[in-house]
Amino acid sequence: MSDFFLTAVLTLDASVRVCVPLIFAAMAGLFAERSGVVDIGLEGKLLMSAFVAASAASVFGSPWLGLIAGMFASTVLAMIHGFASITYKGNQIVSGVAINILASGLTMILTLAWFKRGGITPTLQGDERFLSITLPGVDIIDHIPFLGVIYRELISGHNILVYLAFAIVPVVWWVVFRTRFGLQLRAVGENPKAVDTAGLSVEGLRYKALLIGGILCGIGGAYLSTAYNAQFTKEMTAGGGFIALAALIFGKWHPYRVLAACFLFAFLQALAIRLQGVIIPGIGEIPVQLIDATPYILTIILLAGFIGKAVPPKASAQPYIKEL
Amino acid sequence: MAKSNIAIELINVDKHFGAVHANDKVNLSVESGTIHGIVGENGAGKSTLMSILYGFYQADSGQIKVFDKDFRATSSRQSIEAGIGMVHQHFMLVDNFTVLENVILGSEGGALISQSLANARIELTRLAKEYGLEVELDIAVEELSVGMQQRVEILKGLYKGARVLILDEPTGVLTPQESDELFRIFDALKKQGVTIILITHKLREIMNITDHVSVMRAGKMVAHRETSKTNPEELAELMIGRKVLLNIEKSKAKSGKALLTAKNLEIYNEQGLKRVTEVSFEAHSGEILGIAGVTGNGQGSLLKALAGILPLSKGSIEIMGKTITPETHLNPKKLRELGVAHVPEDRQKMGMIADFSASETALLGYHNDKEINQGVWLKRSSVKANCESLMQAFDVRPNNPNLMSSNFSGGNQQKLILAREFERDPEVLIIGQPTRGVDIGAIEFIRKRIIEMRDAGKAIILISVELEEIMSLSDRIIVMCDGEITGTVDAKDANEATLGMMMANALQPQDEPKGAKL
Repeated sequence: MSDFFLTAVLTLDASVRVCVPLIFAAMAGLFAERSGVVDIGLEGKLLMSAFVAASAASVFGSPWLGLIAGMFASTVLAMIHGFASITYKGNQIVSGVAINILASGLTMILTLAWFKRGGITPTLQGDERFLSITLPGVDIIDHIPFLGVIYRELISGHNILVYLAFAIVPVVWWVVFRTRFGLQLRAVGENPKAVDTAGLSVEGLRYKALLIGGILCGIGGAYLSTAYNAQFTKEMTAGGGFIALAALIFGKWHPYRVLAACFLFAFLQALAIRLQGVIIPGIGEIPVQLIDATPYILTIILLAGFIGKAVPPKASAQPYIKEL
Repeated sequence: MAKSNIAIELINVDKHFGAVHANDKVNLSVESGTIHGIVGENGAGKSTLMSILYGFYQADSGQIKVFDKDFRATSSRQSIEAGIGMVHQHFMLVDNFTVLENVILGSEGGALISQSLANARIELTRLAKEYGLEVELDIAVEELSVGMQQRVEILKGLYKGARVLILDEPTGVLTPQESDELFRIFDALKKQGVTIILITHKLREIMNITDHVSVMRAGKMVAHRETSKTNPEELAELMIGRKVLLNIEKSKAKSGKALLTAKNLEIYNEQGLKRVTEVSFEAHSGEILGIAGVTGNGQGSLLKALAGILPLSKGSIEIMGKTITPETHLNPKKLRELGVAHVPEDRQKMGMIADFSASETALLGYHNDKEINQGVWLKRSSVKANCESLMQAFDVRPNNPNLMSSNFSGGNQQKLILAREFERDPEVLIIGQPTRGVDIGAIEFIRKRIIEMRDAGKAIILISVELEEIMSLSDRIIVMCDGEITGTVDAKDANEATLGMMMANALQPQDEPKGAKL
């Protein structure tokens, strides 16, 4: 019993860690897409932020400065996306793809230029990165069967950004559904003309949404290189931005459902790692690639209409052009 | 000093969109507490003018006064603050928001919406009582009928403190019963001192409910009248205007057998609205049948149905021995094969593809012809030769088949499209707005060609909003209003006055609007 239970808890614990960048990126995407801007550049922003955060943390010796630098870098990319697709009404997909390519190339070049290494930054030592926090009371609760293990392994012992990721979801929900900004955000993604004729600025709202998205993506990227890992490595996001996008669709642009989707996809990734090389009687070795592909397969099944229906914000991907 | 009684005053308001002069030094003054109608054909500049007042567009020059204060809006916010509300032709509502959320959008008050929603609920309940504008507040707008959605738009305006309410073609989407209800609401609003500006092209509405009326034509404000001192005939004439008749020589028609017979047609447009009811006519060889009417009275849908683009919901069309019914639809390709040519009303959207070369535009619809289509490939030399011969036949300039279609002038684009349709030797020609946006020289050329086709024994159905064009080309004229035929006249007996009256369906005063209460 206890072996299996411990394995299960540890897998869930790994899921939590894998989940964090997905949550930040998906929440970033939620703001963008709710405002009517498709954000396929989440991957690029995560990557850029991961690189800049690791670089700054290494140079200045502080993960917090790394985090701020990462948020800044990601926001710059978000503003480029805004400039191309909001101000100049360009194609949002093209602009997003361009950002992904830019981030991929730029991170490689800059590791070479700044650190004379191909695709990696110096390893962060000690408190140059975000360290795990042990929550109070671990010793006391540890004696309780099951609960003790869950508290020690699953709940306690994460770094601050993990707790932030889970705390941010209800905040996003509250902002989107309870505030004036949220109302306007949802309106501009559904019918920008209604927003314009109500005397509000369509462009202003979309820029704000991208700005928030840039900051959130920045935290997600910084987590990858200064908390989850201790350095930036080439293409370390490994499609996390796209999985976040899939989670956004799977969660139907609703914060809690998106969180659930992120966790599901993260769990599948953790499971894939755990099942590597494991031989299951009667089936044989499970192809890990199949599990890796599951998020995308699930999303396609969803989009095909087999599990509910994913209806994106109506004005999604449409630049707003003022006309009668 | 006594406060003046003018709610809105526009002085020399001017607006260009590129080469189009949408508003040409427009003057208008609207008395407070009245219902003021603005009439004009589609494209006359009414909506642009009102959008300037609502801050959606900015005027190039001119002055606007709202309640005696100088006013210049760079966004709708300023207009709302000045007390102007607008109900657009296409509603500006967020479909998946509740009524309440739609109403507070942009006027939320605080940063949190719960308080604003609570305040709005109280205020809207009050407004609903006061003006008879009851509507369910917690239902998503997409679940409401069109008439109810319009109420939400009116409530939106009132909630934001509008003392002047602009309504752009409000009855276009309403059933007759809903229209009656709307006019009742207008009365209630007027009693409370709200000023209403009503944009429409329906003269009957103007006569029934407005106090004053202003007429626009081709971007200009051409007349102001007190409604009680004018009549539909005068308004129709002002709307359409008298234009210089181009002198086209035309012999007497040698009318032959009927090539197209339409019986009791009923047609719904792409949005599912009924546009044509009980329309019957015959088009004979060697004759031009003109269909006149103010834009938006069903002629466009009729044209599309004749060309096989829209299906019939009732009735039948007999063309060249074949019969089209709701069950046996013929698509445009099949109709072309039968010898029906179609020149669409909107050449930019349907007649051509702007970023295709002229040679490609010149083969649209005929791309399956043997000499052009060779299985997988188009035969480039034939494509080019085809375009060159069309260009020569219709004097299209510049005569360069490789030039992008959008780089030709309007007249030359139209000539290329006409050449494409005419040179295939069709038997029935369905022509929409042949000279819209075309220069004088090309107009004359095009009209001569149409008459040549008639004299060659073709049956021609001509739809045009230019009354002058209908009169100078047609041999017989039918007039449409609100989807029905309101008159059929022989061209030699037609004059602008009677046609204008028929276009406004004002000839038979006993003919009450549908749905009127007994």
